[in-house]
Amino acid sequence: MSEYVIKNGHVFDPVQGIKGDKSDVCIKDGKIVAKAGSGAKVIDAQGKTVMAGAVEVHAHIAGPKVNLGRIYRPEDKLFTCTPTRGMERMGGGNSIPTTFKTGYEYAKMGYTTAMEAAMPPLFSRHVHEEIRDTPIIDEGAFPVFGNNWFVMEYLKNREIENTAAYCAWLLRATKGFAIKVVNPGGTEAWAWGLNCLSVNDPVPYFDITPAEIVKGLIEANEYLGLPHSMHIHPNNLGNPGNYTTTLDTLKIAEGFKAKNTFGREQVMHLTHTQFHSYGGDNWGNFESKAKEVMNYVNAHKNLTVDTGNVTLDETTTMTADGPFEHHLTELNHLKWANCDVELETCAGIVPYIYSPSISVCAIQWAIGLELALMAKDPMRCFITTDHPNAGPFTRYPRVIKWLMSAKARETQINAFKHKDKVLSQTSIGTQDREISLYELAQMTRAGPAKSLGLMNICGGLKPGMDADIAVYNFNPDTPVANPEDIEKAFTRAAVVFKSGVEVVRDGEIVSNGHKRTLWVNAKVKENPQVMRDINEKFLKYYSITQANYEALGHHFVPNPYALEVDATQA
Amino acid sequence: MTKTVTDVICPFCGTLCDDLEVVVSDDGKQLLEVYNACVIGTEKFLHSQSKDRVTRPRLHQTDGTWKEVSYDDAVEYTAQLLAKAKKPLMYGWSSTNCEAQSVGNEIAEISRACCDNTAAVCHGTTLIAVQDIGIPSCTLGEIKNRADRIIFWGCNPAHAHPRHMSRYSIFPRGFFTGKGQMSRKMVVVDPRVTDTAKMADVHLQIEQGRDYELLNALRVALNNEWLPDVVAGIPKEKIREVADMMKSGRFGIIFFGMGVTQSLSKNHNIDEAIALTKHLNEFTKFSIMPMRGHYNVTGSGEVFAWQFGFPYSVDLTRGFARYNPGDTSSIDLLVRGEIDAMFTIGSDPGAHFPISAVKQIAKVPSVCIDPHLTPTSGVSKLHVPVAFNGVETGGNCYRMDNVPIDCRKVVEPPEGMLTDEQFLTKVRDRLKQLKGVA
Repeated sequence: MSEYVIKNGHVFDPVQGIKGDKSDVCIKDGKIVAKAGSGAKVIDAQGKTVMAGAVEVHAHIAGPKVNLGRIYRPEDKLFTCTPTRGMERMGGGNSIPTTFKTGYEYAKMGYTTAMEAAMPPLFSRHVHEEIRDTPIIDEGAFPVFGNNWFVMEYLKNREIENTAAYCAWLLRATKGFAIKVVNPGGTEAWAWGLNCLSVNDPVPYFDITPAEIVKGLIEANEYLGLPHSMHIHPNNLGNPGNYTTTLDTLKIAEGFKAKNTFGREQVMHLTHTQFHSYGGDNWGNFESKAKEVMNYVNAHKNLTVDTGNVTLDETTTMTADGPFEHHLTELNHLKWANCDVELETCAGIVPYIYSPSISVCAIQWAIGLELALMAKDPMRCFITTDHPNAGPFTRYPRVIKWLMSAKARETQINAFKHKDKVLSQTSIGTQDREISLYELAQMTRAGPAKSLGLMNICGGLKPGMDADIAVYNFNPDTPVANPEDIEKAFTRAAVVFKSGVEVVRDGEIVSNGHKRTLWVNAKVKENPQVMRDINEKFLKYYSITQANYEALGHHFVPNPYALEVDATQA
Repeated sequence: MTKTVTDVICPFCGTLCDDLEVVVSDDGKQLLEVYNACVIGTEKFLHSQSKDRVTRPRLHQTDGTWKEVSYDDAVEYTAQLLAKAKKPLMYGWSSTNCEAQSVGNEIAEISRACCDNTAAVCHGTTLIAVQDIGIPSCTLGEIKNRADRIIFWGCNPAHAHPRHMSRYSIFPRGFFTGKGQMSRKMVVVDPRVTDTAKMADVHLQIEQGRDYELLNALRVALNNEWLPDVVAGIPKEKIREVADMMKSGRFGIIFFGMGVTQSLSKNHNIDEAIALTKHLNEFTKFSIMPMRGHYNVTGSGEVFAWQFGFPYSVDLTRGFARYNPGDTSSIDLLVRGEIDAMFTIGSDPGAHFPISAVKQIAKVPSVCIDPHLTPTSGVSKLHVPVAFNGVETGGNCYRMDNVPIDCRKVVEPPEGMLTDEQFLTKVRDRLKQLKGVA
């Protein structure tokens, strides 16, 4: 493999504590090295910003609900289709781009790793087929566990070891990466048209509460010592006054400490926090509770969060929170798709227009930014749009602009139809913090990589790590004349390397790289009871046989990268 | 000695049963017996063993006879045909695996073809309705475990999806449905007294083509509003009875088929059926599911969607994907005479398209990739027989509820035969040479 040296760039690397110093980054055999040979190809980064490739901690980019979104929204393709060009296959779609376009767009913005946030285990083979067709970026997928019959039955009896053994089995069968929980208990209740709106609402028939599911899965996660923590979308998403449910959920993590060999410190990752930080009791007195939620997060080191920034676009919401999507279609009367999945989960889809002329949307926009601006530790608060729920991931550069420039925020606030309401219901008008490039590297690189248990692999520029590198046309020495320049610089990177391969040059794709599928292989002690339970459920209740359940073979996971976990001594 | 292969997937209909057992000879070359499958599925497996099977590509001669050619010649012919055509149509895809579909899409992209699958004459109208109004659905295991209200509308699973009722919808004892069919109410809406209708608790023998009215009347009945004495041939008392039956269930499902998707009103019928389902969710839990025909028509829609953004009738002739059924759909393209080359795989338009469209196929250079002799292979210039997918090669397929199941190879194909994927890969590589793309 060729050698490169990226010369004279302003390097921002939280892993090594480098804050914009001019230095060289060297690449050899796909890794970052301290020194390159004399024959190394030189890339001049004079006056440019150099960071590790960015890490997406939560996005819906592959799988059955994403594809149902593509199928049922031809209008999302309008004016977005791109032709075959050089290395690039055809693409299309705005909020739900085709797989090829997804890979290219991430790469062009300097993202090199992404996590698909909700994989229905029964559909894992579909998720992996799409991941295979998403070029360049490394991807992992989180199977959902929070409404799984096995999990609820074991945890009702507080059987942590069995829960862990089942989780390990399912991660292996689905080639999954982490334990994801979506509306614990509520999605199972939705199979009967019901929901769980607080952590203490009992789940119909299963006679367990969301709190018990969450606690049990944290324990199972730490029993196994998985790279990532339990990753949660709590109950009561999107409703005014839901911040109390959010705080109740966060409190479940109190007293737990991370046990793992991957350097991860949190035991719970709270995702798209914006959707869970609402006050008020109706849409009229809807207000921000970002401060209450973020104060709690700031004070508790065993938590990480991501923001879920609203980008003020037309988009497509999709989540395993089935009852919420039904609620949303009743609210906006746009087309509703739903799919209940036997024994496991559900998914719903509804298009949504975050209009700057609607006060609630504008307040949601403000809350997402408040959360990031209130974060005391950028290593524990990551930028997401919960793609495509709060906005398409292609809007990250715009979110970065709003976070890095108070002036850009002010411009947007002044453009809102209900500006006064936004200012009275949130604190966005009083936030004068501007995120620095170093903090940005923490929030989009080092932080999410550490949270995912990948800190030795990606998210930094330390020798020995994968050579995932993004160079931006952004000179930190020159004051920003126009905030639009920030958005422009982060929309198309000057150069991107993925595992030492130059994949983007001047904002264009030059290689499709060697994308990998990241998954976690957790070994546990033999557990005949769990194996017998699995066998029985397939015989009696699943609609496919156990032998046909696993995502096996080259077709599904052509280039796997397994993180090995040994929990046999636990 | 013989070997028994278990957990075999049946490559016939959208039910995609995955519990078959197949007995093969010790050398894995002969398929001897099939267990658990329906008669159609069994026949599909055994058919692969027929002695008079065509095993090499054949070119149609001007005198009407066929001349055997090598696979290499067939690759060359197909690649040339696609390279020269301005607007080739690549149709079918529903009886092959997703791997082959993926390679086919690459070929379509290089040759700027129109790509379509059998949804164009089947559940394409369903897809249009879903694009209008969405679709609340579920997997088939949910039906098995929870459903106590089953509606079959314009479909006849007793004959078209023979194991559907025993595996998923009527008979199985699931988690919350321990009494099997005793815990379920079954309604069939069909103008004919089909074998499915004979099993129903209620058979609504609707006037042909009046589905929209009846669906709409059921919604009126849900709201307890005024109804005329008779709608679509059904007395209002009966309509109210069925509406109450639907409302009073814990979990219901409407399965629908060609009887509503391809009769008068087409996609508007499905719009209304989905609206009824959505409406029912205000009272209880209800889902709706199309009874997809070919075993992997669903998969073809999925692969088209994640690669091009649209589920069927995709036109790539301008170099990027466009979608406009009625304009970019196969029959319309053929009937308008816009197609200058026809490529068919894994389906039989010769038997299912209107004769005016089939005549067009006969007029242009054409290739048919299919293990069987069909009306389509008969009118095509080149017939390329391939290994039976799901029997002689594996590969991923999607069930009618979108659940992916990886098919199994159970026997070796006749010596020297290629699979769909192998043949298409050779065509793609040759086409790349001809077009000078990397």
